[in-house]
Amino acid sequence: MSDLHDKTVTELAAALRARQVSSVELTQALLERVTRHQGALNAFITISAEGALLEAARADARLGANDAGPLTGVPMAHKDLFCTRGEKTTCGSRMLADFVSPYDATVVERLRAAGVVMLGKTNMDEFAMGSSNETSFFGPVKNPWDPARVPGGSSGGSAAAVAARLVPAATGTDTGGSIRQPAALCGVTGLKPTYGRVSRYGMVAFASSLDQAGLITRSAADAALLLGAIAGFDERDSTSVELPVPDYSAALEQPLKGLKIGVLKEFFDTGLDPAIEQHIRAALELLRSQGALIKDVSLPNLPLSVPTYYVVAPAECSSNLARFDGVRYGYRCKKPTDLLDLYLRSRGEGFGAEVKRRIMTGTYVLSAGYYDAFYLKAQRVRQLISNDFERAFHEVDVVIGPTTPTAAFELGAKTADPVTMYLNDIYTIGANLAGLPAISLPCGLTQGLPAALQIIGPHFGEERLLNVAHRYQLETDWHRRAPPGFA
Amino acid sequence: MSLNRRDIENIARLARLALTEQEIPLYVEGLSRIMGLVAELDRADTSQVEPMAHPLPGQRQRLRADAVTETDRHQLYQQNAPQVEAGLYLVPRVIE
Repeated sequence: MSDLHDKTVTELAAALRARQVSSVELTQALLERVTRHQGALNAFITISAEGALLEAARADARLGANDAGPLTGVPMAHKDLFCTRGEKTTCGSRMLADFVSPYDATVVERLRAAGVVMLGKTNMDEFAMGSSNETSFFGPVKNPWDPARVPGGSSGGSAAAVAARLVPAATGTDTGGSIRQPAALCGVTGLKPTYGRVSRYGMVAFASSLDQAGLITRSAADAALLLGAIAGFDERDSTSVELPVPDYSAALEQPLKGLKIGVLKEFFDTGLDPAIEQHIRAALELLRSQGALIKDVSLPNLPLSVPTYYVVAPAECSSNLARFDGVRYGYRCKKPTDLLDLYLRSRGEGFGAEVKRRIMTGTYVLSAGYYDAFYLKAQRVRQLISNDFERAFHEVDVVIGPTTPTAAFELGAKTADPVTMYLNDIYTIGANLAGLPAISLPCGLTQGLPAALQIIGPHFGEERLLNVAHRYQLETDWHRRAPPGFA
Repeated sequence: MSLNRRDIENIARLARLALTEQEIPLYVEGLSRIMGLVAELDRADTSQVEPMAHPLPGQRQRLRADAVTETDRHQLYQQNAPQVEAGLYLVPRVIE
């Protein structure tokens, strides 16, 4: 079989079951590609060649014994904040540069059980804090569409790896847009499920009321297939929701006739690149031609998403990252003079600039005398934003808008001012604050760079999101476009 | 909203972060800008709304039975520790 790297998960799974290709062959071909492009893209932190080939051989044995599941033998990569037993899990940080996971995250465990072969761990913004992958201790990832540009973040390595056809799919996590924004900038499909839909056990915590695990793929159909494998109740995550997992693939083909789509007025108001707006209007036209009803909806509090997020997320991060003390695991400074010096310097030297900025912001907004003014105020505005979405979903089934205001920006363009960087997530943060599922899809090219649309649904509305996305992808080929040189 | 050098030194102490001389002005500037962004929240009238406690309406943190579920795996976990002796984590002397 040729062009293995360009095949989707669905296609590869079928080829493996039909024995047109073995998992070892496929794994070798993709490992070769991962290694060849590592210097230029820096998409991986760890490449697990040996382990991957062992897993592939095991998958082939299962395929030979007719004991295979729908994903057996399919290679994937994991964002380097999912714990993978016996392998490094660095979170893109000096703090965890040598940390070896004692156990598997539930997401990893479930995919392993399904027979997925792990090729390695992908690069990311340090502790998932960033929108450009420039905060990684292991250096920035380059966008395969233009290596002078960022891939987005924080799941930048996963998005770049999927876009460059190094892996057919990768895991990611999304706290404020960290799956959807890099998927948008790299021209791939990114799904953030509902809060609580996928277990976060073994996923290093950043902001616990926002974090959710999800997927970066090259099609909505692949996202549906993989979501079915990772979703579902896990008693080891106290935020995991006890709800049955539907057959996401079965719902993909459903016709769109009568579907009510809300166009998010606030997302088109300011700062959106007119070329991206045009692509999204064209996508809406296409969905209308499929029988969907399009109407404007207004979420008046949505423009306050970014300031709300930059209270809530840093507050939770300052608390979650207090565990890194230089004692039990992680980086320890040289020659501490006393215990306080050990804490101060291990953390000061072990964390990078953006992580420290967020820990300090969080410490400040939670400190005595400011808690009500900042933290409680933000949680009240968060409720207003959530109420806005709830009202909208009384009127429409899904809402649509852009994923990002612009296409991929140049490396270094937004590092000087944190607020400029933060505003890049202006369209993605709302779904996290309200705990909603959302998907980003490529919908055009602007000056040779991917543009993307975002579909947001009500809680546990993943079936509908994937259905709309799939119907769109049946009629368009933006999701099949490879960056020049990576086809 | 503007923070000064003393604010940053105080926050860094509370957060247990040693900052270098060069870092301090960057955080004075950065946190001031972030708190300027956060000040936009004042535009919202929140007098009639309760702070949001959970992203999913009606959900609460699930509780489990108060039973021992973990086995002793300290040897495995301590493989990641910077300094261990006789199964104990080593830190600088605290009591003279």
